[in-house]
Amino acid sequence: MALKIVKGSIDRMFDKNLQDLVRGIRNHKEDEAKYISTCIDEIKQELKQDNIAVKANAVCKLTYLQMLGYDVSWAAFNIVEVMSSSKFTYKRIGYLAASQCFHESTDVIMLTTNQIRKDLSSPNQYDTGVALTGLSCFVTPDLARDLANDIMTLMSHTKPYIRKKAVLIMYKVFLKYPESLRPAFPRLKEKLEDPDPGVQSAAVNVICELARRNPKNYLSLAPLFFKLMTSSTNNWVLIKIIKLFGALTPLEPRLGKKLIEPLTNLIHSTSAMSLLYECVNTVIAVLISLSSGMPNHSASIQLCVQKLRILIEDSDQNLKYLGLLAMSKILKTHPKSVQSHKDLILQCLDDKDESIRLRALDLLYGMVSKKNLMEIVKKLMLHVDKAEGTTYRDELLTKIIDICSQSNYQYITNFEWYISILVELTRLEGTRHGHLIASQMLDVAIRVKAIRIFAVAQMATLLDNAHLLTGNMQRNGICEVLYAAAWICGEFSEHLENPMQTLEAMLRPKVATLPGHIQAVYVQNAAKLFSTVLKSQEGSTEGTAAQETSQLMIDRLPLFVQSANLEVQERASCILQLVKYIQKLQQKEVEVAEEVSALFAGELNPVAPKAQKKVPVPEGLDLDAWINEPPSESESEDEQPKAIFAKEEPKHSRSRHTEVDEKELARRREARKQEQANNPFYIKASPSSQKVYQESPGVEHIPVVQIDLTVPLKVPGLPMSDQYLKLEEERRQKERADKKKKEKKKRKEKRSGRGRRHDSGPESEEDITPAHMVDIVTEEMPENALPSDDDDKDPNDPHKALDIDLDKPLADSEKLPVRSHRAAKVAKSPVEDGDAENTPPSQEPKKKSSKEKREKKKDKDRDRKKSKEEKKKKKHKHEEKEEDLLGGEADEPVVQSEDTTEVVALPTSTNAEVSDLDFWLSNAPVPSNTQEAATVAATAEADSVPEATSGTAPDSDHDEPKNSELEETKSSKHKKKKQKKEKEEKEKKKKKKHHHHHRHHSDGGADESVQNGTVEDEEPLPPMSNYCLLAENSYIKMMMEDADEVCDIQGNLQDGSQVVVSVIFENKCDSLLKSMEFNVLDSLNSKLQRPEGSGPHDGFTVPFQLPPGVSNEARLVFTVQSIVMPQKMKGTLTFIVKNEDSSIHEKLDFKLHFTCTSYLITTPCYSDAFAKLLESGDLKCSSVRLEEVNMPFHHLLARICFHHHFSVVERIDSCASMYSRSIQGHHVCLLVKTSGQTVSIDAKCDEPTLLGNVLDEIKQTFSQC
Amino acid sequence: MIRAILIFNNHGKPRLSKFYEHYTEDTEQQIIRETFHLVSKRDENVCNFLEGGMLIGGSDYKLIYRHYATLYFVFCVDSSESELGILDLIQVFVETLDKCFENVCELDLIFHVDKVHNILAEMVMGGMVLETNMNEIIMQVDAQNKMEKSETFIFQSTRQDR
Repeated sequence: MALKIVKGSIDRMFDKNLQDLVRGIRNHKEDEAKYISTCIDEIKQELKQDNIAVKANAVCKLTYLQMLGYDVSWAAFNIVEVMSSSKFTYKRIGYLAASQCFHESTDVIMLTTNQIRKDLSSPNQYDTGVALTGLSCFVTPDLARDLANDIMTLMSHTKPYIRKKAVLIMYKVFLKYPESLRPAFPRLKEKLEDPDPGVQSAAVNVICELARRNPKNYLSLAPLFFKLMTSSTNNWVLIKIIKLFGALTPLEPRLGKKLIEPLTNLIHSTSAMSLLYECVNTVIAVLISLSSGMPNHSASIQLCVQKLRILIEDSDQNLKYLGLLAMSKILKTHPKSVQSHKDLILQCLDDKDESIRLRALDLLYGMVSKKNLMEIVKKLMLHVDKAEGTTYRDELLTKIIDICSQSNYQYITNFEWYISILVELTRLEGTRHGHLIASQMLDVAIRVKAIRIFAVAQMATLLDNAHLLTGNMQRNGICEVLYAAAWICGEFSEHLENPMQTLEAMLRPKVATLPGHIQAVYVQNAAKLFSTVLKSQEGSTEGTAAQETSQLMIDRLPLFVQSANLEVQERASCILQLVKYIQKLQQKEVEVAEEVSALFAGELNPVAPKAQKKVPVPEGLDLDAWINEPPSESESEDEQPKAIFAKEEPKHSRSRHTEVDEKELARRREARKQEQANNPFYIKASPSSQKVYQESPGVEHIPVVQIDLTVPLKVPGLPMSDQYLKLEEERRQKERADKKKKEKKKRKEKRSGRGRRHDSGPESEEDITPAHMVDIVTEEMPENALPSDDDDKDPNDPHKALDIDLDKPLADSEKLPVRSHRAAKVAKSPVEDGDAENTPPSQEPKKKSSKEKREKKKDKDRDRKKSKEEKKKKKHKHEEKEEDLLGGEADEPVVQSEDTTEVVALPTSTNAEVSDLDFWLSNAPVPSNTQEAATVAATAEADSVPEATSGTAPDSDHDEPKNSELEETKSSKHKKKKQKKEKEEKEKKKKKKHHHHHRHHSDGGADESVQNGTVEDEEPLPPMSNYCLLAENSYIKMMMEDADEVCDIQGNLQDGSQVVVSVIFENKCDSLLKSMEFNVLDSLNSKLQRPEGSGPHDGFTVPFQLPPGVSNEARLVFTVQSIVMPQKMKGTLTFIVKNEDSSIHEKLDFKLHFTCTSYLITTPCYSDAFAKLLESGDLKCSSVRLEEVNMPFHHLLARICFHHHFSVVERIDSCASMYSRSIQGHHVCLLVKTSGQTVSIDAKCDEPTLLGNVLDEIKQTFSQC
Repeated sequence: MIRAILIFNNHGKPRLSKFYEHYTEDTEQQIIRETFHLVSKRDENVCNFLEGGMLIGGSDYKLIYRHYATLYFVFCVDSSESELGILDLIQVFVETLDKCFENVCELDLIFHVDKVHNILAEMVMGGMVLETNMNEIIMQVDAQNKMEKSETFIFQSTRQDR
């Protein structure tokens, strides 16, 4: 009966369902809008009905209308109603509608919280699924906060269908509510190993998405992903993981080494193009992150390039496109491998597919050289002419300019040619990039002095023909070039052949139709021209001509005075008055030209674009501090009137002060220039090859072909850059001939000296000399400019909030918020298995079923167990180490004799994850690795088998960040201090063995030494060690390793003010030493990091005892503030000597010496980055000479590398550049040259004090040997 | 991440639009129009990728599309997605539609956009790929349809469209 009623009402109400609506719309093609509006009226009626079926139908129709662009937000409440229907059908309609039109500012969203929660815990998995899907589209911060816990519970749902959706939606929750990331992360991580592949894939997906934005927080997951990568067969998952690795490798080069092999295997084995492509991409990322000098990776590059070539040659346009895309990534670091495929890429420029042409264009950027630039640009110009569609043409235009202007116009040999190209480009119709051309014109004209005459002539013609440009192009911005033209003609008017004509061109009435800012430049530069014209005319005795010119100005300027643009008006009226005054003077026959030209005297210098940003904040100036305390609220009203009457005296003094400063600044700048000029090693910022040529002997004899400027400058419509191409060809041919002659001569003369020719590009390229000896003026930078200009990140990036350390243990305060009070009412559903584990029982004790409680308990237990287990593991590890101390001796004689094993005593808590990662990474198959890798590998994952070998194992096990450093730097010598001479024979023996030990390390890091430029087949290095004697008495000897730095593995330099000192304690007496306490007097600058809870004068308890004859090592962490000066700290070691019958307190005083060197970190640096650094011109330089150094050059370098933590950037014969960085980010660059026994070191650093000290220390190192 | 999934026909009429980021209705329409403009002027045998430019999201985003008979399927994705992977996904989507509608044609999409949405929801969720296995997708979609039928037999019997 009831059913019948329902059915009847449905028949009545259901005049239209979705299909009817669609049909109706299709039948009303002419008056669609009208039809739809009547439909919306009907829908509104339907929504007023009580029947949920009717409402759902209406909402369904609304969803369709929404797709057609109709705003349906007015029905938001009805959508919520439909969502809350108990029937799945309607619920789904409701959620779909909500997902299509709800967003953060939809206010009814807050009404849905409880409904969604109910649906999430519904017994029907599809109710839950639909709710999750809907929520993923409209989740808000509030929803995320309120539901995070429920969703987290769903991640462990029994049904994989729910699990995978819950896992996936967590990403959205994290984005909206970043606080949930840490509590949820462990479970998310668990899901990486879910038995269901769908859930696994979802977890990979989420973590990849997270890691992409903040990769460093996810480094510790690398081993897990690596396992997945080698075990998974799901291509989708593999692709995601491989992409993720691509994001991680830049942070951890060791990871890259580990990846190369499996990736190469995948490349060879997979048949899926998508997977192959991603593998290639990641291999490229790995190669980029690794040093380019590693010879064994050239095979990988070749493999990549080869595979990419296959892709590019494929007939499938998609593969072609992707191949080019990946190629451009290789190009950045390995341009040479790509350059060999130039033919292929040029071919792609002719492809009919625009996307492919664009990609090929990108590649061209890296392929140009001095030799082929003109050719390539010519080809591009042809494309410009052919191109239809402005976007592609604009792209071409920007590319041409990019290609030509890259690295400070490095590849341009003939600037006249470039100017003509720019002029030709102005003839493009409809381009948006007028300003780009204009800025190039300005830049070239200002910075290349030699070109000004030519540029001015060209610009004058441009101005003359301005009507051609301005025709109908007001809106597309090509007229911007007139801005440049006018400015150049005005500023360099002395080069104009016919200034009068140009002046007239600039004052034409048509100019008034140009945009305001261009008119302003016109007016201003007309004045400059005017002064030039006056000068020439007054000189030529015809007084009337000068007066006529003034009259011309007076006639034309009023047009601009009437301009609507304020700037134009202001300038015009100002200049008009000036000219009138001049005219008056002229009528009195006064010579004014001199004075007028004084208005525009002096030259403008180019300023680097980032100069302003790089002005350092002067010491002691806190920009955030108030200059005057802000008046408190209540006072403010009283004080305001006072301020009005206050005298402004202080202002005067301040302005005077700045004036002095400016003079001082100028003086200093001058001094600096002088210094740079006198310093032959100062690498100037201009393209090096040109400078080099000036220096290299005899090159100036090469005749520079003067290009005949009488060539008709610009005939509109006729491309003339081609002429330069021909001329260039001829010139080069001639040059080549000349060169050959010269070469012969040279051979006869025998070469007398060598320039630094090897440093860039292939030889053939160097043979091309620029047509003009152009001097590219460097852009000016402020004094002490700051080197860093990072932080280009978008502060509004939502992912920034997700930059959260995931390895820290979870604090109680971070637990996810639990269901609020309101929610408790709804939570009646009996099967709410997913209730929060963190719910405080007091909040809703009655409603919780016993089942829930049990589960909650279980969860908690699990967590507790886990943490216990972790603790256990840690403990276990320690025990193992201890065992090693005893057991390891027998295994390894080398270690045994030395008796040094280490125990970590880092006060800072090190976390197991990172060390695991480090451990995992440390057994990466380093190609030239020998013993060490083997031993480390044998020790396996930290918690498994007890370590079989010792000695090296603990080393790499808990060194964490220092680990790599140890490996890298352990290849060196011994510092001999005075005390050492007094040492007994016995000890010396010991020392030698000590060296021996270190030699093993150096073997392990052989790849490093190659990188450092020492070739293996040169003489072997003498053994080196950084340990030096700290203090000793009859009981104990302390040796300190040259303070080594710990930089947080995440490379956080702000926290990088830590220095770790390893101290070896050796028991020399026959009794047990115990209760050793190490204490130093903290200075203002340096402090010992003591365990938490101890006072500033407490000592650091050495965590071991020493039986007779045994030595052990402890690490102490110091925090330092300023690192520019060496530090000395006094300290005492107190200990108890325990005999069988007695125990005595003893103490030993010592001095810790922190050299400046110890604040440097060996940081590899690529030569191009190095050059850029020097180029930036913000480094101070200093130099030192070492006399009578009797050692091969590579030993010398190795010593500097080892003792002073430098890395070799580039080495050419007897000259090498080296680089290092301080823990606080100062760059230190060295140029070491040797001739005979003299070594000269030129150094640059942004911190002169630090540099001075480092140099002193280097000098000392060599004076000691 | 997938930013948007659009299906429109050869004349630019939208057949399905799914935005995983909020835009106003007007912007959505504009995006659809511009995307259609970009995609429709491309030849058949050119690559399936397009730089979206300022359309959606900026330079990190790409349009990846496939053209089937009268319909364009366009995915707007960022750089974390594999280009070829998404092409495969579109293929899976179309094949799934084909299975669910039995020889899918444009009319099916026109009249049953809600069903298409439901199928899509099993593949992509909140802009992230949920499932790529066609059988799994079809199984879930069928199960839900069955549920729907059992609930709504009342008017399903009176009004059957296909």
